[in-house]
Parts: sequence; C-alpha cells; structure tokens
Amino acid sequence: MGKTLFDKVWEAHTVRQLPNGMTQLLIGTHLIHEVTSPQAFGMLRDLKLPVLYPQRTFATVDHIVPTDEREEPFSDSLADAMIKELRRNCDEAGIKFFDMASGKQGIVHIVGPEQGITQPGTTIACGDSHTSTHGAFGAIAFGIGTSQVRDVLATQTMALQKPKVRRIEVNGNLAPGVYAKDVILHIIRKLGVNGGLGYAYEYAGSTFDRFTQEERMTVCNMSIEGGARVGYVNPDQTTFDYLRGRPYAPSQADYDSAVTRWKSFASDPDAKYDDIVKYDASDIGPTVTWGINPGQAVFIDETIPTPEELPEKDRSTAEEAYAHMKLTPGQPIKGTKVDVAFLGSCTNARISDLQEVARYLQGKKIKAGVKGIVVPGSQGVAAVAEAMGLADIFRDAGFEWRGAGCSMCLGMNPDKLVGDQLCASSSNRNFKGRQGSPTGRTVLMSPLMVAAAAVTGEISDAREVFGLS
Amino acid sequence: MSLAKISQIAGRGVYVPGDDVDTDRVIPARYMKCITFDGLGEYAFYDERFDAGGRQKPHPINDPRYAGATILLAGRNFGCGSSREHAPQALYRHGFRAILAESFAEIFFGNSITLGMPCLVMDGRDIRALAALIEEAPQTELNIDIPGSRVSLADVGFPAELPDHAKEVLIDGKWDAIADLLEDLDAVKSTAAKLPYIQTA
Repeated sequence: MGKTLFDKVWEAHTVRQLPNGMTQLLIGTHLIHEVTSPQAFGMLRDLKLPVLYPQRTFATVDHIVPTDEREEPFSDSLADAMIKELRRNCDEAGIKFFDMASGKQGIVHIVGPEQGITQPGTTIACGDSHTSTHGAFGAIAFGIGTSQVRDVLATQTMALQKPKVRRIEVNGNLAPGVYAKDVILHIIRKLGVNGGLGYAYEYAGSTFDRFTQEERMTVCNMSIEGGARVGYVNPDQTTFDYLRGRPYAPSQADYDSAVTRWKSFASDPDAKYDDIVKYDASDIGPTVTWGINPGQAVFIDETIPTPEELPEKDRSTAEEAYAHMKLTPGQPIKGTKVDVAFLGSCTNARISDLQEVARYLQGKKIKAGVKGIVVPGSQGVAAVAEAMGLADIFRDAGFEWRGAGCSMCLGMNPDKLVGDQLCASSSNRNFKGRQGSPTGRTVLMSPLMVAAAAVTGEISDAREVFGLS
Repeated sequence: MSLAKISQIAGRGVYVPGDDVDTDRVIPARYMKCITFDGLGEYAFYDERFDAGGRQKPHPINDPRYAGATILLAGRNFGCGSSREHAPQALYRHGFRAILAESFAEIFFGNSITLGMPCLVMDGRDIRALAALIEEAPQTELNIDIPGSRVSLADVGFPAELPDHAKEVLIDGKWDAIADLLEDLDAVKSTAAKLPYIQTA
C-alpha cells in the first residue's frame, strides 16, 4: 500500500512515541515573529533552557510594523517594545532575523518561501495559523501556540496527534477572472469552516498541477479557514524551479540530489486517503464572502442566502452575520458600497498577485471616496514591484503604496478600519472586528476583485469592470 | 516541574451561545501588543462585552448572575481562526478552568490543554439543556468528571468527552508536554542527523 506525502514526512520526522500516545515530531524549520514569540522566550528564561538549534529558527517582524512611517522608534510604544524584544531575543539566542533594515523583512509566510527556507519534505512550525501556506512546497507546516513555540525552541520538537488525510482534487481549467483565491473560498464554502477538523488537506488534480507555486500558496494559506491545520500540494517541477537559486535553497552542486530526495516525498499513486472529494474548476466563479466567517460566501452573481436557503445548523450564525454586515438576505451582494480596498496579506500579496492586478488596473482610477491601500508581502516583493513599475500603476490609480507587513489583515498596526467601514479585502478572515474596528465589515475576495471594487466603489464583477472573458 | 493532576473540576457555569466563535472575538488583536500574557484576563471577549466607550453591553459574562463562573459553555467550532495562545490565556486568566462546547478548533484545543484547561465536547442539545439548568440555578456548581467523561449539575448528568491522550495527560498531571519532550534529546539529535536539510554542525 502506498503512502501519502503526509505519512512519509511524518515518519521521517518522528522522534518517538510519547507515553500518552502522542508523537514527538521533529520540526526541521521554525519561523517566528514578534507577536507570539516573546512569551516563549520568557518561558525559556524561567526554565533556564537554551535554544537547542538556533540555526533552524528564522525570524522576521510583520504584525505590528507600520506600513507608512517606518522609522524607529515607532509611534506606538507597545509595537516599538515588541520589535526591540524580538531583536534582543534573536541576538541572545543567535537566531537569524530578517529585520527592517535587511531588505528581506516581510510577512513570515512570504519571507520563508522567498528565501528558499521553505522546502519539500520538511516540517515547519510557526506561531501563526497561516503557517499552512508553506504546505504549497510539499512541507508539513503547523500553526502553533506560544507554548509550542517554546517547545520547538527548547527541543526542536512538538507533541502531536497524527491527523487523517483528505485529498481534495480540483480538475479542469479556471475561467478568466477566476483565481486560486476563488478555489479555496469555494472549497471552504462546500466543506465548511470546521470541515477540516482532524484532517490534513492534500490539494491535487490538474488545476493544482498547472498552478504556479504562488497560486498553490494562496490555497494552502487558507486551509486553516476550512478547519484544517495543515494543507499541502505534492512537490513537482514547478516547486523545484521556484526554489532554484534562492538564498537558503540547496546550492547548485547539491541541487540534483535535493530534487531526487524531494521527489521521493510525493504521495504514491496508490496512497490511501481517509477521504477524497473532487471539484470541477469550471464550476467555480469569482467568490466573495457576505458574512463573518470565510465559509459564508457566494459567487459574485448570486444573492445573499436567506435563512431558509441555509441548512438549519448554519442559520444562527447567518443571523449574526446579517446584523453585523448590515446586509439583507435575498439581495445581490454585487453593488454593495465599499469604503476601503485592501490589497495585501499572506494570502495575496506576492508579486504575481500585484502583477495580475496591475495588468488590468493600468490607466484606471479608484472611485473618489474609496481608500485603497496596497501592502506588498515583503520588502523583496516591494522592490521587484517598484522595479517593474507596478508601484507607479497603483499610485497612478489612486492606491497608497505601502511598506511590507500584515497591515489591515488584522489591524495590529495603525492600518485599521474606522467604525463600520466596509472593506473589499484580499486577506483571509472576515471575522467581526478583524480589521481593527469592532464594527468594521470585511468582504473577502481575489485581488482583482478588490481592484474592481476600488474602481467602482462597490462590490463588482471584475470580469465586467476589466472586460475579461 | 510538577503539575496538578486534573480529574475533577467544580465550578459555576456561564453559557456564551453562538457557533464558530473565533479567537479574534475571544481576544481582539489589539490586546496582543504585549510581551507577557499578564493582564489579558480583563480583555476576554472584550468587543462583545464593551462598546467603543468602554461601557458594558449585555453579555452573559457581564451578567451579575454568572459572576465568578469558571466553566464556559459554548457552541460549535469554538476557538477557530488564529493560533494565538492569547485566547485561551485570556480565558484562563479571566478565571475559566474548563470549556464545554459542541466542537473545538484544533489549535485552540491543544493550546488550552497545554494550560491545563480541558475542552470537553458535548452534544449540542445537552449543552442547551445544561445552559437552561444553569439559568434556573446560576449559583449551583457543575461537576466535571474527566475520567468518567461526564458533567453534572445537581442530580442531572450529561456525557462530556475528551480524546484519550488529553484525558491521560490531564489526569496524570502531564498536560504541559515540555517535560516529556526534553526527556530524550539524544533521540531528537539522532533523528535530526538523518535529515540532510537540518545542518546541525
């Protein structure tokens, strides 16, 4: 019987079975940032424990960094204390820190792949639930809490229960104007926000085979929004080509042997899965959320579901969503007025996202009264976008071009919604209050749909706004 | 490091209804600007409990009848979203010692067990029935029996389940895994040595 990639990576990293039946799993690569690590370093100090493998932890700063005034000290003294604490902890432990002045700072899930740290057949952990992003390379990547950040720093391992594996196949071609973001929003809508509980998701099928590495990252990123802690795609030539020549990828001399090793981790053709679901890419349209969790989504040309159209179990959350979003069931989502357009986040702030939007936005202006911000995922992405002239296209259209960070995905820096502003957002979570204002409203969508909303001032079909067919 | 053995929990309950309650709701991100977990307790469910001016809104946790409750009852998929340990830390520091819900998001569940705060799964109808009993007699204590997989209030009992591994670590006082993980670092090093990408030199 064949094995899945998950089985193979799990076996290669199993240290031992613990007495309680859990597995002590080696975490080969650990990524940290300023929000969930300081308490972990504090715990290590209390326990008088050193960092076991400092060279296997990499740090950057993303959640709290301002995206406009980036000089230190930051105007927010708490944010300033957090970056200083991370700097101190990295210095003391000898951990590589992609700091503000490095030219490599950015959202941790964008920096890891960009630097070639994220590799196939590895285990990765980070105190951030969107760590699932790294699964796009055929890694098994876990979002963890701060006590587990401590565990990984002190022992390079965690205690885990092995999940089941569900293969999610998407086959066929996506129509123009339909993107990886729509694929994952569709999967979450179909399987539910808790459908992945206890599962790792393996994404496969011809749609994924054709996806670029960055498109795969967008899908894996939001696995957690479907309740799956881990999501991955089997590594292939697309993955190996992406990694070649990146700073932390194997050197040219070692590359062929690395590729041979990486290939060996891919799921066997006769691998056994706990569950398999299949979707047809041609059934997927541009998708937008209407509610307060990412599963509350419709195609752009559909109406907001009425309670009667929903399963009984989903109705109370729907009622809560109508009230928070100030939307009326049965009405089209298209045409809903937008106050803010946010292009950014670990889901959709890579160079290919910005290129795709700029291609259509060129020569257009965002609607008067709409605030539009573009926050590149890393300083690396920003530099490339500036060199390619993309930043100018965004500025000319009326977007603010900002520095790299998490920004308005979660409003831990000064970029927040105000009052009940409605934001067309390329991010991953539409939870109540997520974008920094308790009454703020978030509508999730692909980057091009964000641009369409910015141009028209309302939730729009990008295919119509930009003439795609 | 000696940890308490947790097998029986007694305390008054409070029901916070709703499904898919995410960790942003449990602790809004702006309160994560901190370098210790101290003081997070007062911000538990902050935006649900207080308006923009800091005035109390109607919320079960603000209701004086349930003041001092230490057992939280909730709906389906509790603790979804962000992996922030700040969420269970805020609940624990607010005074909660156990959570009863229809289901829990995975990362939240693990984070809570590591704090010694059990998350027990109950049938949705049982949760609502238990919530109704609590509403009738908010001063009556609930008793959670971890080995027996039961929660009771006065003479009424309901099944309340934990996975075997979680049950075992709580009962044995090994709910923080660090001691187990540190026990055999030689095994860690020999596993690492077999993986070419881990340069251990």
